[in-house]
Amino acid sequence: MISIKKVSKWYGEFHVLKHCTTEVSRGEVVVVCGPSGSGKSTLIKCVNGLEIFQEGEILVDGISVGARKTNLSKLRSRVGMVFQHFELFPHLKVIQNLTIAQCKVLGRGNKEATEKALQLLEMVDLSGHAQKFPSQLSGGQQQRVAIARALAMDPIAMLFDEPTSALDPEMIKEVLDVMVKLAQEGMTMMVVTHEMGFAREVANRVIFMDHGEIVEDRPKTDFFGSPGTDRAQQFLSKILSHSA
Amino acid sequence: MYEFDWSSIPGALPYLWQGMVRTLQITGVAIVIGIVLGTLIALLRLSKNSILSNVAAFYVNGFRSIPLVMVLLWFYLLVPQFISSLIGRPSIDIRLLSAFVAFALFEASYYAEIIRAGIQSVSRGQVSAGFALGMTSGQTMLLIVLPQAFRRMIPLLLTQAIILFQDTSLVYVIGLTEFFGVAYNTGNRDGTLVEMLLFAGAVYFVISFSASMLVRTLQGKLAS
Repeated sequence: MISIKKVSKWYGEFHVLKHCTTEVSRGEVVVVCGPSGSGKSTLIKCVNGLEIFQEGEILVDGISVGARKTNLSKLRSRVGMVFQHFELFPHLKVIQNLTIAQCKVLGRGNKEATEKALQLLEMVDLSGHAQKFPSQLSGGQQQRVAIARALAMDPIAMLFDEPTSALDPEMIKEVLDVMVKLAQEGMTMMVVTHEMGFAREVANRVIFMDHGEIVEDRPKTDFFGSPGTDRAQQFLSKILSHSA
Repeated sequence: MYEFDWSSIPGALPYLWQGMVRTLQITGVAIVIGIVLGTLIALLRLSKNSILSNVAAFYVNGFRSIPLVMVLLWFYLLVPQFISSLIGRPSIDIRLLSAFVAFALFEASYYAEIIRAGIQSVSRGQVSAGFALGMTSGQTMLLIVLPQAFRRMIPLLLTQAIILFQDTSLVYVIGLTEFFGVAYNTGNRDGTLVEMLLFAGAVYFVISFSASMLVRTLQGKLAS
């Protein structure tokens, strides 16, 4: 579904991504972790072309993200993305946040889009909040709306860029619960996160990045059982002792 | 002690009202065209194409470096020739038309800068969110960025409109009579120039000051 081949990216002289290669198959949940500045957010943003890369190739459902002739907008409309800072549209009501792209990008009628939106709001447990503005919601609620907004486009895969990093601890669970539900329903997901509990529960594979490189890319049981590298071992011991 | 004579004001009120209508016409046209054109110029200025952004920068800096009175006179000399070469003698008052054009183009340069700042104040993440949903750059600008930018800019745009409202009095240099012109002419005719100008000043003050208060209230509302 998502195939990343030898992707390299530079910011000027700085080599942010170094020959990254990995694969996310249909229905698979892959967690990307690593210290800050390791390039994990940059990598996931390359997948839907929000960041450009200079070398290598990324294929999403067989379509090359970096190719000139690719209609990037069309490709993005098929891949959902959830941001660290939610990025809900503050000038639009919750319901409009969920319908605007359905109507303007997919060309759905208002009635159909609204029905879809209400159905998704129910799924993220926010049915009563359709007519509110994002600023009237808590962080956790906003992030759940953001997930629903992405799902409204009927995406073939979902990208999550540190979806819980900006949240207060008591709100993390409500967002993770929605993500677990999605994973269990078979959604293809690539998730940048430090939530190792989430990784243990639903991930198929864990990718560990450091200094722009994919250092480990293994099934979760292997990864948590016996990390193959010292760097991953150190990282795990730090965040696990911290969160336990 | 100077004896004020206010007696000629009531009789002049209908003319003053006509003058005020003209003032508001010029202000309104300049605001509407200025904001539309200013938005286009702001977008050009932010464009990645360096030719376009330089042309827009030249426009903005050019108009902002020339006194408004001069712009008015220039357009008064230019617009009639331009129009008559295009469509022959127009039926509309040529002085009014050149005032419309001059004010609209001049205001566009000021609005462009306000709007550019407004667009830049919208976070990059909002643009990414629009893109991530499959919107094109144009859709993201139109549906996501500009509505937020304009909301933040309303107080500044209104403040600029208040300045514009007062600046319209400058059209006297091309012989066009709006509110100030009417006051000046009738005052001169009746020998009550001082009273008439005091009255006109009071009217400008009341309108501009109430508008400023409105802006302040709006600012408070938008901030909350």
